[in-house]
Amino acid sequence: MQELNTYLFVAAILFSLGVFGVMTRRNGIAILMGVELILNAANINFVAFSRFGGMNLDGHIFALLVIVLAAAEAAVALAIIINIYNNLNTINVDEASALKE
Amino acid sequence: MTNLQSLSFYYPELILIGVILAAIIYDLTIHQSKSGNVGWVLVAGLIAVAGAIYFQEQRVTTLFTDSIVLDPFASFFKLIVILATIFVSIVSLQSGELKDYRKGEYFTLLGIIVFGLFLMVSTVDLIMVYISIEIVSIMSFVLAGYLKQNTRSNEAGLKYVVYGAFSSGIMLFGLSYIYGLTGSTNYFLIQQAIATMDASANTALFMAMIMVLAGFGYKISSVPFHFWTPDVYEGAPTTITAYLSIAPKAGAFAMMIRFFNQVLADGGAMGGLDASSVASLPWANIMSLLAVITMTLGNVVALQQNNIKRMLAYSSIAHAGYMLLAMPVMSGDSIYAIMIYLVMYLFMNLGAFFVVITVKNKTGGETFDDYKGLGWEMPLIGVVMTIFMVSLTGLPPSAGFVGKFYIFASLIKGGNQFYWLVVVGGINSVISLYYYFRVVKVMFLEGERKDTILQPPTVMACMLLATAIPTVILGIYWTPVADWIQNSLTFFIQTL
Repeated sequence: MQELNTYLFVAAILFSLGVFGVMTRRNGIAILMGVELILNAANINFVAFSRFGGMNLDGHIFALLVIVLAAAEAAVALAIIINIYNNLNTINVDEASALKE
Repeated sequence: MTNLQSLSFYYPELILIGVILAAIIYDLTIHQSKSGNVGWVLVAGLIAVAGAIYFQEQRVTTLFTDSIVLDPFASFFKLIVILATIFVSIVSLQSGELKDYRKGEYFTLLGIIVFGLFLMVSTVDLIMVYISIEIVSIMSFVLAGYLKQNTRSNEAGLKYVVYGAFSSGIMLFGLSYIYGLTGSTNYFLIQQAIATMDASANTALFMAMIMVLAGFGYKISSVPFHFWTPDVYEGAPTTITAYLSIAPKAGAFAMMIRFFNQVLADGGAMGGLDASSVASLPWANIMSLLAVITMTLGNVVALQQNNIKRMLAYSSIAHAGYMLLAMPVMSGDSIYAIMIYLVMYLFMNLGAFFVVITVKNKTGGETFDDYKGLGWEMPLIGVVMTIFMVSLTGLPPSAGFVGKFYIFASLIKGGNQFYWLVVVGGINSVISLYYYFRVVKVMFLEGERKDTILQPPTVMACMLLATAIPTVILGIYWTPVADWIQNSLTFFIQTL
């Protein structure tokens, strides 16, 4: 039980850092890094629950699928950011602000 | 049912996968100027899929070792999604915005979204919930930023990807706690675990549920996860805006109904029965609050918009709020009301966006100024837009009125504690009257009256009529739809 708590603690810290990163960073790539932290925090949770919580293998499988989907998402996000860079010469999300009320 | 046995019940999806692959390969063999033909491949394929779903043997069972289900409820939502996709595909071929782009990928991605939505409406497993949301989201990110040379479309894609990835990440973290608390990813096992769980775990479960709501809320664009909606809807190609405002919302509502009925309640919401919450969590109150804030914010901010597309974006937030109103009741009646509202909303909202597309093709603008005097210049546009606006407001005799009527009726049947929701919903409808009728006023009472009469292109005119006529007829005679939904209101549940 003690081991499980350690992992959950680490995951919670990672999650908070990820949320903090997404909310404070204005650079598109840095925001993506924050999102990756959130996803990996969830992965640590899944694997820790599966390993130390005496549960089935679903957690491991879930974590594997999340890694795959995170890669797909990052690929699309980077493509969009490169396209923005080509057109606007910036990857700062604040400067892409043609759409305002 | 095991994997191999499931395949024989999974053929509509297999046909769809075949159509997607055929679209990709066909696109490779043709020249860019003819790439629109891929759209017709998709439309023909989707009609075949719809036929397969319609004539499929009616079974209520789980497939692929309890990860998805096959039931009339899922089939209903699949047909709704296909209908929206066919409308949007045909209109995309006429859209001026997409003229200079290769359209093969566009239609392939639409096909993949349909597949993702099929999974979304039939999932009973947390893993599938996350995968289906991601399939739909990732394809939508690409489509929102499809106009590569257009900086507004780029920006829409960027904002969508940032908000989308963030919300689904938070949802995933919530799912990991649900897995940890209950030891399973399967809805039915989770439900049993929650029912027998110690009350001391309620705080953790509550937090996990709020995080999961972030994912659902982002898909249906409810407050406080709506920030992406106006920007993405305004910047994305209008055809995609129309699609995002209906199909993913329908899918997310189906997923939400299943989730709340099967995981957090006893799974009893069927045939006029109520579902009661298994753990003593205040989720009915939270949903009521979210619904009220969502529709009020959508309506109040829509009042101040000058761009019609952006106004319709806020209006779609408001309509998500109306549908959310029925969620806290979680009875057979309320699910029925949400389903009937979705059918009505499909026609009226798609139609309104089709008008925006037609006008943009002609004048290149989408603000209120561009609509001045339009009712006299293009009478067809003026008349159908008036019909859609009346319907979106919810005035009789129109489809929107029937939808709202069922939602409010289910709330009143739900009991005293929901009466205040009806009052707030009524006040909101009155607020929305102002900005919807502003469009009508601008079209007919402002600007110079021109003597030349313009007709939209034939295909666009047909699509406008194909959405306007049901909007009127379903307001007067909705028995076929009501019967269809009544028959679809069977879903795979396990009660405690």
